[in-house]
Amino acid sequence: MVKRALAIITLLLIGFWLAKGLVGVPFGEDKMLVGEYYLENVKEQTGAVNAVTAVVVNYRGFDTLGEVTVLFIASTGVGALLWRRKKERSAKSEGSVVLTAGAKMLLPFIMLFGAYIFVHGHLTPGGGFPGGATVATAFLMLYLAFKEYEIDHKVFEPLEGLAGVGYVTVGLIGLAIGGYFLFDWIWQTWQFGHENIGRLFSAGFIPIIYTLIGIKVGTELTGIVDNMIKEEPKGGGQ
Amino acid sequence: MIEWVSYFIVALMIISAIFAVEWKDLLAAVVGMAAVSLFASIAFFFLQAPDVAMTEAAIGAAMSAAVFIFAIKRTQRYESEEEGTGWWVRW
Repeated sequence: MVKRALAIITLLLIGFWLAKGLVGVPFGEDKMLVGEYYLENVKEQTGAVNAVTAVVVNYRGFDTLGEVTVLFIASTGVGALLWRRKKERSAKSEGSVVLTAGAKMLLPFIMLFGAYIFVHGHLTPGGGFPGGATVATAFLMLYLAFKEYEIDHKVFEPLEGLAGVGYVTVGLIGLAIGGYFLFDWIWQTWQFGHENIGRLFSAGFIPIIYTLIGIKVGTELTGIVDNMIKEEPKGGGQ
Repeated sequence: MIEWVSYFIVALMIISAIFAVEWKDLLAAVVGMAAVSLFASIAFFFLQAPDVAMTEAAIGAAMSAAVFIFAIKRTQRYESEEEGTGWWVRW
């Protein structure tokens, strides 16, 4: 009880200290320095209407590469931690008829919407990460609704690797053409889609990279779910 | 009007965060965590950040809750206070 009170008092002190620091920062006022530049130049320089994706993929592409790497390491770590020679689904009861039928009907809609989110990353809110997570949610639904469902590992793991390699390859082509890593060669050098701003075929390599990230995130999160849901068969293991 | 709605959402978020750490049933705690994610997502939407709101909803509400539930399924459901846990847990 004493420790609890001490912890609450400490937290209140930290909160007070943070609030005191934040009082000086006005909310919602125009204090942008770099942001101003992004908002003014985002259409000519990247072709994306959605400024967030332009910043994330184009201006600050290294951060996105780092995020993808973090996710890859997380997935690999889960796989290494839960590695067994033989793993099986341990579900005992099939889902109800309503659940399985509903899952079958919902599946194409969720897949389509996930793909829509990551293909239209430069036009509408979203992008590779939410789109990929939505696709992974569809696979999660399959895992939860069906007793014997299992993804095809021969397809999934190579696809995940290929998507990551594709991202780096796009960046390396930029290095070869434009002189620095993740240079937007489709927009800056080829000038593909310059008269097309606001439509699907614009924004240089943002749709390509977001499609690759969407595939990568989707397969990775599905792999994590697959690793966590499977167990060693009871009795007669190894 | 819209101001009061955002106060309400932040209050709900704080309440569900407190419940998420207070509940001894870990499955209930996961529900509390998913509720925090949901209200955070709504708050991001109110602050006009739809990209972040979508990502928060997709990752926080669906994927991480599912992963936590799988972890609970393979370990145990209730927080135990027996030996083996140190003083930093028992209070």
